[in-house]
Amino acid sequence: MNKTSALLLYEQGAWHGGFFRVTNTIMSQIQQQHTITVLVENHAGVLARVAGLFARRGYNIDSLAVSVTDRPEISRMTIVVNGDHRVLEQITKQLNKLVEVLKVVDYTETASVERDLALIKVNAEPHHRGELMQIVEIFRGRIIDMSDKTFVIEVTGGTDKLDKIIHLLEPYGIREMVRTGIIAMARGAKTATRSGRDMD
Amino acid sequence: MQLSGAQILLECLKREGVSHIFGYPGGAVLPIYDAIFDCKDIKHILVRHEQGAAHMADGFARSTGKVGVCLATSGPGATNLVTGIATAYMDSIPMVAITGQVRTSAIGKDAFQEADITGITMPITKHNRLVKRVEDLPQALAEAFYIARTGRPGPTLVDIPLDVSRNLMEFDVNRDYPQQVNIPSYRPAGPTARVPDVQVRKAAQLIAEAERPVLYVGGGAIASGAQAEVTALAERTNILVTTTLLGKGAIDETHPLSIGMLGMHGTAYANHATNGADLLIAVGARFDDRVTGNVEKFATGARIIHIDIDPAEIGKVIQPDVPIVGDVKAILAELLKIVQPRPATAWNDQILEWKERFPLIYPNDGKLYAEYAIETVNEMFDYQAIMATDVGQHQMWAAQHFKCKRPRQWVTSGGLGTMGYGLPAAIGVQFANPDKRVVCLSGDGSFQMCTQELMTAAVYGLPVITIVINNRSLGMVRQWQEMFYEERYSQVDLQASPDFVKLAEAYGGVGMRATTREELRDALAKAIEVTDRPVVIDCVIPTKENVYPMIPSGQSIKEMMLRQDLEQVKASVHADAEQWSFADEERVLEQYVEAVHSAGSEDASGG
Repeated sequence: MNKTSALLLYEQGAWHGGFFRVTNTIMSQIQQQHTITVLVENHAGVLARVAGLFARRGYNIDSLAVSVTDRPEISRMTIVVNGDHRVLEQITKQLNKLVEVLKVVDYTETASVERDLALIKVNAEPHHRGELMQIVEIFRGRIIDMSDKTFVIEVTGGTDKLDKIIHLLEPYGIREMVRTGIIAMARGAKTATRSGRDMD
Repeated sequence: MQLSGAQILLECLKREGVSHIFGYPGGAVLPIYDAIFDCKDIKHILVRHEQGAAHMADGFARSTGKVGVCLATSGPGATNLVTGIATAYMDSIPMVAITGQVRTSAIGKDAFQEADITGITMPITKHNRLVKRVEDLPQALAEAFYIARTGRPGPTLVDIPLDVSRNLMEFDVNRDYPQQVNIPSYRPAGPTARVPDVQVRKAAQLIAEAERPVLYVGGGAIASGAQAEVTALAERTNILVTTTLLGKGAIDETHPLSIGMLGMHGTAYANHATNGADLLIAVGARFDDRVTGNVEKFATGARIIHIDIDPAEIGKVIQPDVPIVGDVKAILAELLKIVQPRPATAWNDQILEWKERFPLIYPNDGKLYAEYAIETVNEMFDYQAIMATDVGQHQMWAAQHFKCKRPRQWVTSGGLGTMGYGLPAAIGVQFANPDKRVVCLSGDGSFQMCTQELMTAAVYGLPVITIVINNRSLGMVRQWQEMFYEERYSQVDLQASPDFVKLAEAYGGVGMRATTREELRDALAKAIEVTDRPVVIDCVIPTKENVYPMIPSGQSIKEMMLRQDLEQVKASVHADAEQWSFADEERVLEQYVEAVHSAGSEDASGG
């Protein structure tokens, strides 16, 4: 069910008091992609715990990026998951139950910047190089390696942007591609790693 | 003083107040056992299989509320604990499992008796840790105990490599053992945490508005020690209380406001009450599938207050109208301050009428049945025995007929449903409660999964009384095959079993057999006299006995099968037959299942 039909039901008056569970079922069917940031203690095995949790509770990870943060004792995972409202709530709560998880932030509803980086090895025959360089230019990417037959293109951006350039490069023949997965950060002064008393 | 990791371990356990360790030695724990050799303050119980050690620690914990401790060597020792750890995890039982590991330099090399036990137990522990340096050991142990017993309790595991328990370190437990544990990423709610009073007020409001309220109480009430509060709330508001399998004892089950267990094999009246309620107050319960059946059809007219210490339980299965996260006891205490007294209403009468109409019954033909055995235990032990059970039909009969006067009198594997749990759990209970009588109710299937622990009971002179409900089959599976697989009895026949009387004697215990009601009473009377060794009573019951009521898996109260209905069908089939035969019984069941199914499908097509 998409959002519109849920709203339609709402307007038709299906969402009144005693039928909370019904309304919730409707809410829960709105699938959405969520970018969540998980701050964890920088211990061995934490990634396995988080990944294991997703696996055994049946949640699918679309992308996962892990790195150190400005605080060496804390690692930051950015996870993109697909799910409805209830699934996300469960994921968040279950993640919070892991002893080494410090904080879970869902960036879906907040203003945030998201970036993904891709390296794309694409066929670059001499007569195509001009076109390719134009495409790279338009997407503000860079050609970081070149051989007699190929380019390696580096490009960063949101998921959509990367999807688009990949789509445009496909006709030339993509030989290899790798993406880092989304990383995200809230806009403005707010921070994930230093706000909140539990982080002090 | 310079102490080895093993000595430090024992010092820390002492500091945690550990009185018993259930364990089994092996190569990777040799330094620990060498330290145990000198240890006077902690009693080590040598089991016969590590699974037994885990269940004993679990039984010890369930009957006391303290943290149970088990110890095993690396590799197979550790993996043998797995079932016991998973059992404790599913039922939120505080337990610390300590395992040996191969020396740190050998980890990852597929060394002899190496198993990645922290990896294996990751999904079945609340937390676990491989300790790579002796310097980290005190902190790791303090955290393990702290995590196991706080918040929603659960098992933790500390994996200690051979060299870590051998290495020396300057250690003074008074100085170096953490007095307080502070884990920034772990902030459990506790008895002293602030209670969300807005939510509590909303709950009181819903209770005041409700016409048909029911209290649905689970293991969380036992874990937080809230029997007094549950009872007070029930009495103040005259709300009848149904408990889950793990919630048994959260209210005195002989109390007039107690309506027994709900769910798949719950009482018909508890299920009717839940189904007809307009307010369900879930207290430390998690809407397990054995309770709800088909969630879409569960308590459809009820608003829901859900009180639980684990935020992840809120909305996991059912979205409550008023969630209250925190310690059950503390929340109920707050609720009691503001909740309006309510008189008993027509709704109470309605439930009591259901109780009259659909009592728990079993054939009154003078033969020996499990239900009779359980009621006799109630009576002969004056409702004071602690009962541990295994898993299967006998467990459900016990859940229905065993009456708890108080919490922690009922020890059973609920979530995981672990056959083989009963006897070792009962042994753990007996160690923790040397002055109480402990009855293990088992089945001929379950009993054979951990029989070896009879030896442990014999060696330590424990008078655990095991009643083996012997129907010469895997009864619960047989019941499902009978009902849902057209009586195609596949691999459930246990006629080939050892002679349980001789088996008990072989282990140095007392064995008795009961085939009639009188024999059972005699055997129990004799068993009560035995105080220094285990007793096994082989309680022989008919094979084709089923557990009723039953709501088939994933269905609703509409499909509930009652013994009363079965008896009616029986009466019609046998209207002019003097004697029963098995063939008759099959015809009866066929008709009965058909009747129930057609009732169910009509409903499905109508709704």
